[in-house]
Order: sequence, then structure tokens, then C-alpha cells
Amino acid sequence: MLSRRVAKEPIVDPSPHVSDEIRKTTCYMCACRCGIDVHLVRDGEGALKVSHIEGNRDHPVNQGVLCAKGSSGLMQHRSPARLRAPLKRVGPRGSGEFEEITWEEALDMATTWLGRVRADDPKKLAFFTGRDQSQSFTSWWAQAFGTPNYAAHGGFCSVNMATAGIYTMGGAFWEFGAPDWENTKLFMIFGVAEDHDSNPIKLGLSRLKARGVKVIGVNPVRTGYNAIADEWVGITPGTDGLFVLALIHELLRRGAVDVEYLVNFTNAGWLVIDAPGTAEHGLFARVDGEPEGAALVIDRRTGKPASADDPDVRADLQGEVRLADGRRARPVFALVAERYLDDSYAPEAVEARCGVSAKTIRRIAEELHSAAFDEPVVLDRPWTDWRGRRHDKMVGRPVSVHAMRGISAHSNGFQTARAIHLMQILLGSVETPGGFRFKPPYPKPAQAHPRPHAKCSPGEPLSGPHLGFPLGPEHLCINDDGSPRRIDKAFSWDAPLSAHGLMHMVIANAAAGDPYKIDTLFLYMANMAWNSSMNTSAVMEMLTRNDGDDYVIPHIIYSDAYSSEMVAFADLILPDTTYLERHDCISLLDRPICEPDMAADAIRWPVVEPDRDVRGFQSVLLDLGARLALPGFQDGNKPRYTDYADYMVRHLRRPGVGPLAGWRGDGEGAGRGEPNPDQLERYKENGGFFTSEVPEEAAYFKPWNAAYQDWAVTMGFYDAPQPYVFQLYLEPLAKFQRAAEGHGPVTPPASKAERILETFDPLPIWYAPFGDSAGEAFPLHAITQRPAAMYHSWGSQNAWLRQIHGENPLYVPDHVADEAGLADGDWAFVISPTGRIRVPIKRTGASNPNTLWTWNAIGKRKGAWALRDGAPETTRGFLLNHLIHELLPERGDGQRWSNSDPITGQAAWFDLRVRIEKAEPPPTGRSEPDGGHQASPVGEGPLNIAVDKGSL
Amino acid sequence: MHPAFSLIIFSSVSGVGFGLMAMLGIAAALEAAPSSSLLALLGGMAALGLAAVGLLASVFHLRRPERAWRAFSEWRSSWLSREGWLAVATMAVFFVFALTWAITGRAPQVLGIASAALAVATVFCTAMIYAQLRTVPRWHTPLTPLAFVLIALATGALALASVLAWFAEGRGAASVALVFLVLAAAAKVAWFAHARGATLERAGASIEAATGLVGRGAAKLFEAPHTGSNYLMHEMVYVVGRRRASALRKVAAVLGVLVPLVLLLATVAGLLPVKLLGVALLIQLLGIFAERWLFFAEAQHAVSAYYGHR
Amino acid sequence: MTTLPPEPQKKLGLVIDLDTCVGCHACAVACKEWNTQGYGAPLSDQDPYGDDPSGTWLNRIHSYEVKPEAGPAQLIHFPRSCLHCDDAPCVTVCPTGASYKRAEDGIVLVNEDACMGCGLCAWACPYGAREMDGSAGVMKKCTLCVDRIDNENLPPEDREPACVRTCPTRARHFGDLNDPESDVSKLVAARGGVDLMPEQGTRPVNKYLPPRAREAAPFSASCDAGSATQEAPVPTGRLAWLDRALARLD
Ligand SMILES: Nc1nc2c(c(=O)[nH]1)N[C@H]1C(S)=C(S)[C@@H](COP(=O)(O)OP(=O)(O)OC[C@H]3O[C@@H](n4cnc5c(=O)[nH]c(N)nc54)[C@H](O)[C@@H]3O)O[C@H]1N2
Ligand SMILES: Nc1nc2c(c(=O)[nH]1)N[C@H]1C(S)=C(S)[C@@H](COP(=O)(O)OP(=O)(O)OC[C@H]3O[C@@H](n4cnc5c(=O)[nH]c(N)nc54)[C@H](O)[C@@H]3O)O[C@H]1N2
Ligand code: SF4
Ligand code: SF4
Ligand code: SF4
Ligand code: SF4
Ligand code: SF4
Ligand SMILES: [Mo]
Repeated sequence: MLSRRVAKEPIVDPSPHVSDEIRKTTCYMCACRCGIDVHLVRDGEGALKVSHIEGNRDHPVNQGVLCAKGSSGLMQHRSPARLRAPLKRVGPRGSGEFEEITWEEALDMATTWLGRVRADDPKKLAFFTGRDQSQSFTSWWAQAFGTPNYAAHGGFCSVNMATAGIYTMGGAFWEFGAPDWENTKLFMIFGVAEDHDSNPIKLGLSRLKARGVKVIGVNPVRTGYNAIADEWVGITPGTDGLFVLALIHELLRRGAVDVEYLVNFTNAGWLVIDAPGTAEHGLFARVDGEPEGAALVIDRRTGKPASADDPDVRADLQGEVRLADGRRARPVFALVAERYLDDSYAPEAVEARCGVSAKTIRRIAEELHSAAFDEPVVLDRPWTDWRGRRHDKMVGRPVSVHAMRGISAHSNGFQTARAIHLMQILLGSVETPGGFRFKPPYPKPAQAHPRPHAKCSPGEPLSGPHLGFPLGPEHLCINDDGSPRRIDKAFSWDAPLSAHGLMHMVIANAAAGDPYKIDTLFLYMANMAWNSSMNTSAVMEMLTRNDGDDYVIPHIIYSDAYSSEMVAFADLILPDTTYLERHDCISLLDRPICEPDMAADAIRWPVVEPDRDVRGFQSVLLDLGARLALPGFQDGNKPRYTDYADYMVRHLRRPGVGPLAGWRGDGEGAGRGEPNPDQLERYKENGGFFTSEVPEEAAYFKPWNAAYQDWAVTMGFYDAPQPYVFQLYLEPLAKFQRAAEGHGPVTPPASKAERILETFDPLPIWYAPFGDSAGEAFPLHAITQRPAAMYHSWGSQNAWLRQIHGENPLYVPDHVADEAGLADGDWAFVISPTGRIRVPIKRTGASNPNTLWTWNAIGKRKGAWALRDGAPETTRGFLLNHLIHELLPERGDGQRWSNSDPITGQAAWFDLRVRIEKAEPPPTGRSEPDGGHQASPVGEGPLNIAVDKGSL
Repeated sequence: MHPAFSLIIFSSVSGVGFGLMAMLGIAAALEAAPSSSLLALLGGMAALGLAAVGLLASVFHLRRPERAWRAFSEWRSSWLSREGWLAVATMAVFFVFALTWAITGRAPQVLGIASAALAVATVFCTAMIYAQLRTVPRWHTPLTPLAFVLIALATGALALASVLAWFAEGRGAASVALVFLVLAAAAKVAWFAHARGATLERAGASIEAATGLVGRGAAKLFEAPHTGSNYLMHEMVYVVGRRRASALRKVAAVLGVLVPLVLLLATVAGLLPVKLLGVALLIQLLGIFAERWLFFAEAQHAVSAYYGHR
Repeated sequence: MTTLPPEPQKKLGLVIDLDTCVGCHACAVACKEWNTQGYGAPLSDQDPYGDDPSGTWLNRIHSYEVKPEAGPAQLIHFPRSCLHCDDAPCVTVCPTGASYKRAEDGIVLVNEDACMGCGLCAWACPYGAREMDGSAGVMKKCTLCVDRIDNENLPPEDREPACVRTCPTRARHFGDLNDPESDVSKLVAARGGVDLMPEQGTRPVNKYLPPRAREAAPFSASCDAGSATQEAPVPTGRLAWLDRALARLD
């Protein structure tokens, strides 16, 4: 049968035409912001149409690769769910019944509502934005408007990561830093499924694999990165802090600590006052007792207190001194050693709780020890520190760590993230070769960030930026009676260090009128009626709640690009363009796209014109700003900026510093310079992005490196060098503890004092996630993960991605399934203290034995996203959110805390505790609860797709 | 494998047609065919008609039937192509055979032998389309062509007997049909015996072998590539319910073998009028449909290993 | 053409590293995107916004749980596309000659103009590498990006398959597996690349690199796979090491 013969083959053209033009811009199928080459072909009429999208090989973020979402951009661009024109609600909220109106009508309506609020009481506007990347712009608008109620999504996302990192070391995981992929010799990754740095992490892992570097994945679920990790630690959710503190116990026991690093670059030697009962207990002893003075250390030569700033002083890390005023003080490190060497942090003491054996903990500590100290990375690269001391080499501890929401989305996430940073710092592996590195404009310590502002008055702008980093109770945004100034209660005693706000509390608080009622809820790019809210069914009820005269939230304005669930719950829709149709600015003032070795920013620009009556939201916001005559938005009574592109070029935040760092002034300026009218053209010529290399000498030790500090100033990150040392011990937390004890002018009410005392420990601690209070009736954990090939809710309109993830089973560990009598395809009730869902299940042997999990945000409401009513997303897809309440169960005194980290307000999605019971398949054939139905303002999609170049 | 209606009709009905051609040809070769032009006409039309209906059904299986003519090109390697050639050749030769018989009133011997040989070869080729596939372990056995040919001959013989009955000479043919029925049933029993052991695993298509993950423990599908369905799953990862399969197996045995067997025995024994054999044929055909349905539906394809089947 | 050509001099194919693949589907979507407007008919989708969405894909990513005797299951991602077999049964069964293997480089292709949509080649392929397009009714399969790898309209660095170009973990490699000196051949040799379903007798060109050994040590009395480790020497005096370290700095 296998006769072989040479035969005539059809001729295949090896070089078919590829495309007529390539336009380089930035992907926005997720917030990773990869560079893309958009290939366009001319249609019959000569118009350019998108044919396909590839990764930009020159781009610093993705180096040419794209993820599944990025490659499916064509289907997003052609999505039937794209909004077409401004919409005014005509049916009841939630019904999806709208009427198309003109932009003039829409802007009129918005101006009227907003104008009234501004003149009356600006705080009655709550303006919250999602994962847009224009927060420096939207916050500027909100500040000019004068409402204190502005934040982006960080509060429900990963603020624990950001806050713990910035307070501790002036930079964070998330996308603000990265492992030194080239040099690291051991990599630990905690609680990451995808993260924002989707492609960079994958590219990094591939480099580790190529070099045979060991990867340890700490995660209750063994998918994705954890599947390819050389070792998987299937930890019990919410216990990483304990696990890491046990590692620290072991490292201390072994002396696996970089003492020189601690002495030089951290506050390990700083003296902490030991005077229980006084207002200064736990604060740093400072020169002359001045609150702003330099900290004191024990000078090893004299054994006496001396200024930490004195370049000749070498601090001792142990011992104890009496200060001039007679009080006792001890170096931070002595407290560290004392605390973590305690037997309560011994591996044996934590193994049962963490689900990781003592043997494993010990072995990992040994591996950390050996990777860091047996094979240090030594670069022959002299550098000078900020004290003027010259170092002839860069010595690094090649242990690197990354962590994300598996750590941060717990109510103990802040302290857990701190514990991880403590471990990294003890090993001497932050900002050293082979360790974890910051991406410019980080490092930037908390004190270099602003403080939060929330005082408002009618018709006036806010006194300063909304968000910031409080350094003590005096920086809270509270009224004299202690009540919160902000609708989300950020920077109040509920969540003092909530540096990103608490977007997840806005609707619940506004509906409850607690702390006050609002008039207008203005949302941008966040599907708050659905997957980004806890307790989704209740939130839909809150949005439609009517107190007789009107909805309790009287006006809702929303900007979306697609027919999402949230659209149906708004009164006025400002339809946005898609990412290929607008200008955007990925700015250093915002969440930039830098790499450790380079500063970088980028633009989006309309590679195709919209074919619908839609407008870029930022341009609309500029228009609204001008109509409302907000300061900075007008020149005379003419709008200052024609559109967002104009703003991107001409706006100045500080003298010489604007949204874009590249080609400023005469076109040569990097970082600083006057606006350059040709700037956007230069970006386009360069592939849509700008980079500026960090000088070699400045590449490591950035917080202390004079060369880096100087470079950062020339780049405009800050106006003067900002050297600082890492804060193992966090004095601001001690200040909150003292306030909780009643010291100082600003003190918490008694009901909140206890929790602050317990959780605001200035050294990392572990406490059980608050969700554990559910008790024994809820023995299992339930968590979600990001699927690599789907982005929250907005991927489901994508014809290609939804074939991959059209529904989501609940994954149930085999032994749990056995006990509940569950087989693949069965349905089960999953019950939390506040809710019950009925969903399809699938068994798994690759997860922590007590953890159920599912893919995030696959379930959809009927009628949304231009999908048909029987779409699997609505029948078998589901949200875990229904089980997660935004409030913790009532306490003895009738109070209900927000289901968040008590320090930062980070939403504690992963604290969820549940039990599972077998269920009959639902009679309706749909997972429960049924989210209801909305009419589609955009109709339904086509029955077939076959896109070829001819049919574009 | 997906039990496509078109393929069930194709293989069973064309089988009857070619079986009838073979039987008519053999009858001619053995000089056992009555010298009746009407018989030649009726039998010839029936045989050609059945074959044509079957082949037509198979064209419905094609997504681009307008290109069916291209199927003749690859006879060197493709059993499907060979089948095409042979079907056409068989029908042409048989047409000449039947026409000569109708015109002359006498069945031509040589053409009869040729028709019979070609008809058997055609059915053999049809069967080889399936039997050649290593990917479908149940099919990949010489028993497949054996069973196909014997079933075609059995149904052909019964068809011949049914037609002959109208010429009052059916009992001999009925005995032949009886013999082939028994042979066909035996072949199919042997085939089922083979099928039972023809697992994916034995064909080297376990999940482990399919993924190269051998020697690491038992592999199980965690996630199919898409939650949505696809061509492969429709076409090759067809799963039959066990209850449904066992019911259909009974249908196949009872209607395809037992009932015709009893009827044929009764006819041969003179207990039933030969004219009723047509009924037996129809019943048998229903049984064959069931058998063919099972032939496809129960066949596991190697690719189903990727979808977690063992 | 349906007969196979004599052994090609060049055997172009893919090497897929199961140790590194994170199952992200990037390659599958990039493949869909490139090929939907590339070689032959577009890769269509049926009911794309409805109850049973499906479509034609030339590369699909499965994942498997492999349960070792002791310890928790391991998860392995597995991309599946045409292996461009040396003894390609999909070619020999094709009645029309539409399915063929190129003599020059061994790439297995379908001449869509000749394909009658019978589906037999898909039946013959053990790997599920062929899918009939729901709209065009012709057989689609991985072309190894024939319209990229020698395309003079692409810059030289882009003359590689779309899936290889995009894979963010670099788990996919493209090259000549008949040339022992090629990077792919060396990789296969070094990592013990395997054939899938060798008993099917297809002699695949593409190779898969098996996952390297893994450790997994979630706690439970029975499945603690953590390798034994000797106790660290406990220094005398709790922080004796600290004194020494500090003294070194002085
Ligand atoms: N159970 C559970 N829930 C979670 C999480 C979890 O882990 N588990 N994670 C939480 C986290 S971290 C996050 S960040 C949230 C994310 O949740 P959301 O912020 O709600 O994210 P999306 O679902 O992507 O919705 C964003 C909205 O933006 C719209 N949009 C998309 N592109 C554009 C555009 O170009 N312009 C405009 N104007 N709108 C656009 C989309 O159509 C969609 O309606 O979910 C949170 N919810
Ligand atoms: N493809 C894709 N990429 C995305 C997104 C998306 O929707 N799709 N969303 C983007 C957004 S908004 C965000 S915030 C980031 C988030 O990126 P990730 O941080 O990767 O977010 P999650 O998917 O929530 O992953 C949380 C991980 O933590 C694990 N986990 C849960 N609890 C614990 C625990 O207690 N300990 C440990 N060690 N692990 C735990 C979960 O199993 C999961 O693997 O991803 C961004 N990137
Ligand atoms: S990770 Fe993917 S979706 Fe996100 S920006 Fe990059 S290519 Fe686009
Ligand atoms: S993988 Fe399948 S389609 Fe590809 S050559 Fe081998 S048998 Fe043919
Ligand atoms: S489907 Fe097309 S390529 Fe496949 S065997 Fe049939 S004619 Fe040949
Ligand atoms: S080589 Fe090309 S056609 Fe084949 S799987 Fe990769 S992208 Fe798809
Ligand atoms: S792109 Fe690479 S990592 Fe992702 S599924 Fe494909 S082969 Fe695996
Ligand atoms: Mo997020």
C-alpha cells in the first residue's frame, strides 16, 4: 500500500501577499500591553481592513510573542457586541432597553447631572474606573471635578501586593518588578495563574527552563505555571504567610542571611523604642527625639546610639541600648530574630495548617540558602552608593520570587506579602543580580508618593490627589467624628492603607447610604454589575433598588465598548471605541510597561477608524471637563485639548514632564522636555513605543545606587534623588497600633481598635483569613483562576476564545468528590455562609485536597455580549462571586466589616469557605442562581464566520 | 465513529445490490439461471437500482459531491478510489450481462462470472476502506472484508430468492441464501469476537501512547482543548450508550439473522410460500441497518484517546 | 500524488516541549488567525455566538492529569497538530489525490481544489490532525505554514510557523528533523524526543519532548514526596553566625 513514487504536485505559492500595510500599536486584549503589528489589507473600495495581528518583535514587553487573547484581536475588533451609539435607558434598570441618542444629547445629559452635583456637593459623584490605563488622566479629571470619590480597580485587584511592596521596599510584584531572569538560580512563584505580565512571565520561564533553573510553584492548584514548575507546593489557601515565616525561621536558624546587605540597605539596624504603654512604643528612636529626624542605630565601634545616616557608622544588628531618655531600644533585626526563631514558626508547628510537610519546608529553606549563598552572582560592575561609597562589584543572591493574587486576595494578604518581602530581603536578593528587580519608575518608597486627599467643597477642585500612602493616622481621610470621607471608606479606620481605594464597596455603600448617599455613579470599563462585584445577585438588586421616588443611586453613567452586563444597569451609555480605533497613552505617570533594564512607555493610535458612532472615552472626558468648566480643561472658555491625542502631547503634569516620555522638546528629550507636536508621529515611527535604557552601572541596587538616582531624576521620575532603605519593620503600622491604644490626636473608635492592634503588626505576622470564621460547616476552600485564553468577562464575545472557554466546571479534588458521590458531569450545590450555587463539576487530582476551584468570569447573563440565550456561558457557566459576600458575617456588636484586608481594604476573594453537596441537574438546565435576562442593544451575532482576505 | 445515515445506507444497500449481482452472475455461471428475460430485467434493475441508491447515498456523505469524479484518480493507493472504479466496472459489466440476458433470454456465462467476481471485489474494496484503518482497531482486521462480502452475498442471495420466487423457482436459491446467512452470521460472530479485544490500548492508542506520556502513571483528560465541540468529536469521538448498543445488537441478531433464518428454514422446508421471502429480505435489511449502525457507532477511533477515552 | 513520495531529503517539522508548555493556547489561536486568511479556504466558525459554538482549528491544546503511583497528579499540557508523518496514512487513503506529501520537504498538504470532502483522510489520521471545514467542506490541516516559511514577502526572521513565532514560552521549535545537525534534531537527541503512537506505524516527523521529573510535596502522611534532607547544623548560641558575619564587616 505504501508504494512510493515521485508525482506531480500542485504548485503552492511559497510567497503569497501578506498584507498591504502594517501599523504598530499596543494590544489591549488585556493589561499586559504587548506591542502588536496590525496587518491591514485593502478591501474592494480601497479601505484598509484589519487582517491579522502579530507580536512586535522589537517591543520590550513581548519581544514578538502574543498570547491567545492577543492573537484573537481580529474577533474582538469584529465583535457583534460592540456598542454602536450613545444609549439612553428607556426600560427599567437591568432590562437592557435603550434608545440610541446623539452624542450631543448624551453629553448634554451628562453635563446637566454632573454640573448639578459639582455645584451642590461634589462628593455625590462617585467616579470609578476599571483596568483602563489612563488613571493619571482620569484621576486628574476627578481631582478637578472635586469629588473625593475616585479610584480605579486596584482595591479589588491586588492592592495588597502594591502596598506591601511599596511600604516595605519601594516597589512591588504585580507588574512593577521582575525576577532577574538571566541570572537567577532559584525561582519561587506564589499564587499566580496569569498575572498582568502574562507574556513577560512566560518568556522568563522559558529562559529558566532553557538554563535548567529550578522553579518552585506555591499554589493550591497545579495548572499553568505550576504545572511546569519543577516543584509544586500545593499549599492550603491563606496560609502562605505561615509557610514563608517558617522558611524565615529556618533561614535564621541556618544563618542564611545577607548581613552586609541588611546593614547597608535596610532598617535592620534601626532602633525600635521598647516602652510599652507609651505613645512611642514601637516607633524608631530618632536623632534628638525629632519625629522627622534620622533613625538611630547602635554604632558597632562604640556600642552607643548613633545616626543611621552617618556614613561612618556601622550598625549593629543585635543587642540593646538605653537611649538618652533612658528608654530601652533594640535593633529591628533583634526583634526579627527573636520573633521568627520562636518555635511557633518552626516547620513542625505550621505543617498541618499549611498542608506542607515540615520536611519539605526545611528542604526548600536549604535550597534557598544554597542558591543564595553557595553560588552568588558576581558582576564585575563597579558602582557607587548614595553615601558615596564605591563598590567594585555587584554581588547578588540569585533567588527570585514572584507573587500575585493568590497572596493578595486574602484578608491577611498584606502581611503575607510583607513576609515574602522580608524573606527576599533577608536573603539579600532584592535589586541584586539574580534576584528580584524593580522596573522604573520604581523604586519609589511610600514617603515619595503622595498622601491621600478627600476634602471637598462645592465647585472647587480637590485639594490634592485622591490616592496615596498614609504614613500614620494623621493622613487618614476621615471627618472629625471619625466617619469616612470617601464613599468606599478608603483611608478610614476600616482600611487605613487602602492606597487604591475599595471599588468593590462603592455600590453597596451607595445603596445603603453609608456613609452617605450619592447622586451619580460614573463608571468606566468595569463590569460592576457582574464579575467584578462580590455577591453579584445582590449588587444587581442594589443597582435597581428604588426607594419610592427614584433609584437609590439616582444616576448611573457608564462607558463601555461592548454590550456587557453593566451596560444594562446604567442610565446613560457613553460608547467607547475599541483598542484599535483610539489613542491611548501607556504612561510612566501611570502603570507603565518598563522592564528592569529600561524605562518604556507606549501609545495606542487609531490604526482603523471606527465604523460606529462611538468616541474614545478619554476624549469624551476631556469634552465633559470643558463643558463643566473644570480647571485645566479650558483656555478661556474654549476646550484646552481637542482630544486625548492632543492631551497626550501637550499636557504637562510638572514642568517638562508630560504623559509621554519619548521624543520630547526638539525630539531629542527623554523623560523631560517641552511638548513636541511631532511626538505621536515619532512614536508611530518607532513601533508605537519608546524606551530608554537604564545605564549599566545603574541596573542593580537602584534604591541606593547614585547612578540610578541621577538617571531617574533626568528621566523625570522625581525631581531630586530619593535614596532610602528597605523597611523590614514598618513604623507607620506601629503608629496605627499606638492610635488604637488611644495615643495621639486621631484614634479609632473602640469597635475598630482591637482589630487594628492585632493586624497592624510592624513586623510580618500571619493570622487566619477572616473567611475561616465560617467554621467547621464549611471545610473547603473555593477559589478562581484566570484562564490564559480568556480575559474576565470581555473575552466571551470573542468567537475564538469562547470556543476554548465557553463554560467552566467546578474542579473538585478526587477525595472530596468521592465523599460527596460526585462524578464528572454531575451537578453540585456549593454552599457558603451567605449563598448557594448549583453548578456542573469535574474531578481533579491536581489540586490541594481541600480546595475547589474554577476559571474566573466565564458565566454570563442572558442577553449580554450579543450571545444567544442558550449560550453555554449562561447555561453551564457560572460565577463564584455569588458565594462571596462583600461584608463579613455580623460580629457580636452588630458590626459588619467589609470582606477585605483590614490594612489595605483589598477584596478578600480567596478567603471563601464552602461545602459541597451533590445536586440533581437543575430543572431549567441552567446553573444557579439565574442572573436574569437583558435585552441586547446590539442584537445578536451572525450564524457563521469565515473571514478571508476577500471578505474583509 | 459517527454512524452517518448516508454511510449506513450506502454500505448496506449497495451491499444488497452487489450481492444480488454476484448471485445472478453465479447463477448464470452455474447455468442455474432461468431463461427468463423478465427475470433478467427485474433482477438486473433491482441489483443496479440498489447499487445505485447505495452509491448515491455515499455521494451525500461528500461535502463537495461535485468533485466526486476526482475519486477515480488514486486507484494505486486508495481503496476508496478502487471501490469507485470497481463499482462502475461492475455495474457496466453487469448491465451488459443483464441486457444480454434480457435480450437473448439466456444468461451469458462469462459475463456472469465477471459480474460476480467484480461485485465481490467491489464489496471487498468497500470493506477495505474501513479495514485498512489502523486508527479504528475494531475495523482493522481481515474479518471486516470477510463479513462485508458474506453479508452482501447473504442479502444478495435472499434478494435473488425473493425475485426468483415470482418465477416459482425460489426454493433452491433460498437454500443458498440460508447457507450464506449462516456463513455471514459466523463471520460476524468472529468479527465481534475480534472487536471485543480490539481496544485502543492494543492498537497502541492508549492516552499514554497518544501523548507520549508513557510510564508516568495513568493519564486522564483534564481539559479538552475547547469546551465547544468540533468536527473530530462529531465524527470520530462518537460515544454510544451501552444500553442503546446492546438493544441494537439484539435487533441486529434477531432481524438480521434469526428471523430470516427461521423464515428461510420454513421456506426451504416448504412450510412457507417462497413468495413471502421478500418480507424476509426487508426484515433482514433492517437488521443489517442495525448492524451497520453498530459497526460505526461502536468503533473507537485512535483520536478518542486524546479526548480521554480508553 | 496520493502515493507517498520517496523519503524526502528534508523533513520539516515541529518539536514541542511538554516540559515547558503552559497550555496557554497562544499557538492555537495564532494558527487560527494566520491560517484563516492564509492557505486555502478560511477556517470558519459555526454558531460562533450561539449555543454550540464550533470551528475549524489546526492546532488544539489538551491537558492531562497524570497520576503517579504516589503523590498528587501532575498536569501536562499537550498541543496537538499534524505531525507530517513519513508514512502518512492520510495521504494514501485519499481517493482524489488532494491529500499529498511534498517530495521536497515532507510537508503534508491538502490541495483544496481537488478535495471532495469525503473525510476519509481524517479517519486515517490517528492524531486528529485533520478537520473538515464547516463552511468550505474541504479538509483543513496544519500546513506547517507553507505560506510563511519561505515567504519572500515576510522578513527572514518571520519565516517560521505562526505558532512557533508566537509561543510565549518558546516551547515550539521548527526545523529539519532529517538533518542531525539542526537545532531541532539536537534538541530531540538531548531531551529524548518521542514519537506519538509509534505502533500506528505512521513514523511522525514532529517530536515531543517529555516533561522532566517533577517534585510535588503537598502534605499528607502517605504522599509526602519531599526528598529527605539532613538537619541543618544548629549553630551554638542562637545567632552565633551573626556575630561572625558582623565581625567580618568591621
Ligand atoms: N470571583 C472572582 N471575582 C473577581 C476576581 C477573582 O479573582 N475572582 N478578580 C477581580 C479582579 S482582580 C478584577 S481586576 C475584576 C475584573 O473585572 P472587571 O473590571 O469588571 O473586568 P471585565 O470583566 O474585563 O470588565 C471590564 C469592562 O470593560 C469593558 N471594556 C473592555 N474594553 C473596553 C474599552 O476599550 N473601553 C471601555 N470603555 N470599556 C471596555 C468590558 O466590556 C467590560 O464590561 O474582577 C474581580 N472579580
Ligand atoms: N489571561 C488573563 N490574564 C489576566 C487576566 C485575565 O482575566 N485573563 N486578568 C488580569 C488581572 S485583572 C489580574 S488582577 C491578574 C491576576 O493574575 P493572578 O494573580 O495570576 O490572578 P488569579 O488568576 O486570580 O490567580 C490567583 C492564583 O492564586 C492561587 N491561589 C489562590 N489562593 C491562594 C493561596 O492562598 N496561596 C497561594 N499560594 N495561591 C493561591 C490560585 O490558584 C491562582 O492560581 O491577571 C491579569 N491577567
Ligand atoms: S498578554 Fe496577550 S492580551 Fe495581553 S496585551 Fe499581551 S498579547 Fe495582548
Ligand atoms: S498527523 Fe495525521 S494528518 Fe498529519 S501526516 Fe500524520 S496521519 Fe497525516
Ligand atoms: S477529504 Fe479530501 S483530502 Fe481527505 S481523503 Fe477525502 S478527498 Fe482526500
Ligand atoms: S505550523 Fe502553522 S499551520 Fe501548523 S500548527 Fe503551526 S501555525 Fe498552525
Ligand atoms: S503557545 Fe506554547 S506554551 Fe502556549 S499552548 Fe502553545 S506550545 Fe504551549
Ligand atoms: Mo485584577
